[in-house]
Amino acid sequence: MSEQCQLKYTDFKSDQSVKWCPGCGDHAVLNSVQKAMANLGYSKEEVAVISGIGCSSRFPYYMDTYGFHTIHGRGSAIASGVKVANPDLKVWQITGDGDALAIGGNHFIHTIRRNIDLNVILFNNQIYGLTKGQYSPTSKRGFISKTSPFGTVEAPFRPGELCIGARGQFFARCIDKDLKHSVKMMEEAAGHEGTSIVEVLQNCVIYNDKTHNAITDKAHSADRTIKLEHGEPMLYGKDQNKGLLLDGLNVKTVTIGENGVTLDDILVHDAHCEDITLHLKLADMEYPDYPVALGVIRSVKGPVYDQCVERQLEEVQEISKIKSFNDLIHSGDVWDVE
Amino acid sequence: MGKRSKVIEKEEVVVRFSGDSGDGMQLTGTLFSYTSAIFGNDISTFPDYPSEIRAPQGTISGVSGFQIHFGHSEVFTPGDYCDVLVAMNPAALKANAKWMKPGGTIILDVDSCDEKNLKKAGYETNDPIIEGKLGDYHIVKAPITTLTKESLKDMGLDNKSILRSKNMYALGLVYWLFDRPLTHTQDYIKKKFAKNPLVVEANLKVLDDGYNYGGIIQAMTPSYHIHPADIKKGKYRNLSGNVAVAWGFLAAAEKSKLKLFLGSYPITPATEILQELSARKDLGVKVFQAEDEIAGICTAIGASFTGNLAITTTSGPGLALKGEAIGLAIIAELPLVVVNVQRGGPSTGLPTKTEQSDLMQALYGRNGESPAIVIAASSPTNCFDYAFYAAKIAVEHMTPVILLTDGFLANGTQPWRLPNLEEWPDIEVPYADENDEDWHPYKRDAVKLARYWATPGTKGMNHRIGGLEKDEHTGAVSHDALNHQNMVELREEKIKRVAKFVPELEVIGEEDADILVVGWGGTFGHLYTAVDELDHEGHKFALAHFNYINPLPVNTYDVLKKYKKIVVCELNLGQFANYLLMNFPDLEYLRFNKVQGQPFTVVELKEHFKSLLEE
Ligand SMILES: Cc1ncc(C[n+]2csc(CCOP(=O)(O)OP(=O)(O)O)c2C)c(N)n1
Ligand code: SF4
Ligand SMILES: [Mg+2]
Repeated sequence: MSEQCQLKYTDFKSDQSVKWCPGCGDHAVLNSVQKAMANLGYSKEEVAVISGIGCSSRFPYYMDTYGFHTIHGRGSAIASGVKVANPDLKVWQITGDGDALAIGGNHFIHTIRRNIDLNVILFNNQIYGLTKGQYSPTSKRGFISKTSPFGTVEAPFRPGELCIGARGQFFARCIDKDLKHSVKMMEEAAGHEGTSIVEVLQNCVIYNDKTHNAITDKAHSADRTIKLEHGEPMLYGKDQNKGLLLDGLNVKTVTIGENGVTLDDILVHDAHCEDITLHLKLADMEYPDYPVALGVIRSVKGPVYDQCVERQLEEVQEISKIKSFNDLIHSGDVWDVE
Repeated sequence: MGKRSKVIEKEEVVVRFSGDSGDGMQLTGTLFSYTSAIFGNDISTFPDYPSEIRAPQGTISGVSGFQIHFGHSEVFTPGDYCDVLVAMNPAALKANAKWMKPGGTIILDVDSCDEKNLKKAGYETNDPIIEGKLGDYHIVKAPITTLTKESLKDMGLDNKSILRSKNMYALGLVYWLFDRPLTHTQDYIKKKFAKNPLVVEANLKVLDDGYNYGGIIQAMTPSYHIHPADIKKGKYRNLSGNVAVAWGFLAAAEKSKLKLFLGSYPITPATEILQELSARKDLGVKVFQAEDEIAGICTAIGASFTGNLAITTTSGPGLALKGEAIGLAIIAELPLVVVNVQRGGPSTGLPTKTEQSDLMQALYGRNGESPAIVIAASSPTNCFDYAFYAAKIAVEHMTPVILLTDGFLANGTQPWRLPNLEEWPDIEVPYADENDEDWHPYKRDAVKLARYWATPGTKGMNHRIGGLEKDEHTGAVSHDALNHQNMVELREEKIKRVAKFVPELEVIGEEDADILVVGWGGTFGHLYTAVDELDHEGHKFALAHFNYINPLPVNTYDVLKKYKKIVVCELNLGQFANYLLMNFPDLEYLRFNKVQGQPFTVVELKEHFKSLLEE
């Protein structure tokens, strides 16, 4: 499909003016996705960007590819239909924390369970942006918003935990403004066959400004996040002297050189490990108890729904005597009236 | 076989097999209907089973029935009242005795009439015949259980397997009653139980012994004689409404050269369409069993976006869930067929029973001005035709079509003359022209107003669509006030124009009738039979039956206004009558409505129509 000369990332920009608020994290994600698509050598016609409803879901209008801005929460289902109907397409789903985890929660988990080859970019700003500032399923307990003036009394979802709990095979996390790392995550997601969930910690400047600041802000991010890479020791901190190790069944933060801890004690990240135990722990780490894990936390191979559908069609077609509608209606109990 | 003592010649006959839901009555009925069809009778069948998989044994709520109407001429309904009732237990007798024709024959397994079963069925005495005042019928008190045991005593089968063959004994007896050959059923048994020769042998023996039992008791039992019907030459098979819907889409896919995609979630009485298409991987059908009805339609919309012939199937509660997504397909102008196999509502209502109460939901059950094409099938086999046309219209006009059937059509069967697809109309897919310099996503054909379809993967035509209002010229998002007005009117007009592409309304019956009977959808067989019988009795009635509901056929008003009286008959509280009133407010509409989860009976229709003559 992509035999023509490679497109630049600007080639993926549509003629529509981008209407997100100035300073909104969505602008950066749009850039990351466009850069990744250019790096991946995509052609415009092989890409379908599908979204639900929300600020983030306006995304397809800004992409010079095929796009479908659908209805609230149903993006996963529509994207699933697109991919299964035409597996040759590169299907990217754009969704928000409300779109994917509230109204669309059912479709989200079932898409993951089926492992349909979609790249799902989940914009987590912990707020309903488009409807102007109500708490979302990822807002922290006690969060004050227009619909929780005294603080929420409910526990938030952790998207990574939900994804892995739904038998997810690929989960990555990145920060909107860290373009370089985000582009890499998009590329990794694209390279993974099956449902890839990329959670982008996205800032809504208007209704939930600085919600991720404790970990994303430049001064602290090195100490409060850990960038995981497959095959590499789990090190973090400005000086890369902090790390994670396994203490019984728990992950523990340590400093190399303190209490006799050496580099050899530090866990080495295995994103391809089938067992979910450690991946779950990594996905669940929250500041201030832990650094927040960024990077590809889980990436394992498994049967891909849309590929299985194609294979099954071929297998049945090979052995079935019924090759056409006419064959079908003449099969079985048919009698002649003369 | 010897000469029969008492033979009743009949034009048509209705037989009902009934028993406990574990007694195998559906299979027995199906086998009998096949034999009748192959013999050359026209047939119509209807199963009637409880919604519980295993309702309490021996009770009325656990009775499962299968009715077959067959005749020397065409039959249009499974029949209201039966000539012959097979009752495998007292509950079956109690539940069905009220559906007997005067002078009919009841075959009762007397072995089942023990105290316990009689009590469970609600009889107070130990003689259900006297208690039920059934003295005027021919009662065949057959000890079917004992006879079956006797028949199989030397076979070395366990008691459970022996009892399971009772239905074949009854079937054999009914074959004797109608002088029908056993060959088709014997072939079926041999094939079905091929892996278990003992079971084959046992069933064949019981079937045979049941048949021969007829000869033994013939002195007391009348038998029936029905000539084969005069049916158009050709190859035939039995087809239920649900399978017909599935096959109509297969035909449409082949004709349009589009791939078929079904997104659906199981729900009675629509599930069979999903099951049938799931089995059609050999024809390349992609079936997505979704996590709910919303995902069912949404995956279909996704498939439609990519250029598939996309459908979703459901029943009333599921249609309610699909409303928002239907609106998306309307504003995005994507082809889609939504099948609603109606059942009794509201809410879960009567899942296994029939009703026509989703008409308003289909027409208006969405937010915004969101016109959808609404079509209704009117017989089990024409579900094929209307599924085909629903697909054709959806694709050619680039908009969703809602196809209404109902529980009665879905489960009913009729012989179906195998079609030759070459004789069916083409389906012209309005693909966008790749060389058109001025193409934009909302560019449309001037006649139908259908936008052209550019599908992902096509070079140079990448575009965005969605649920936000679109600029009428460019297809870009637009919140402009006047543009919205234009687009709303345009979508309405687009649906109205479909009327030019659907057949005109036909009137059946007496030209100069005083009363026009109006119906739509699944009631056709009953309405037609009632009108036809009344006309033969010298009355003057006519019938206008609707399959195209939105838009209505162009001549609808001209037809309706010709008659002094119009009576709209439907299985709801008057939804179609209200719709007609809204469209043609100067006409008066009488109503005849029924909401009992059951079809009309021809008898009640005729009675009502005759009463209208007197007013
Ligand atoms: C059926 C339906 N219910 C509610 C809405 C209103 N609504 C639109 S977007 C939204 C929440 C969006 O939040 P999120 O998915 O987090 O996206 P964000 O705007 O934050 O990017 C809601 C409640 C709608 N459009 N449709
Ligand atoms: S409201 Fe928030 S999320 Fe929406 S565009 Fe503005 S900054 Fe972005
Ligand atoms: Mg949000």
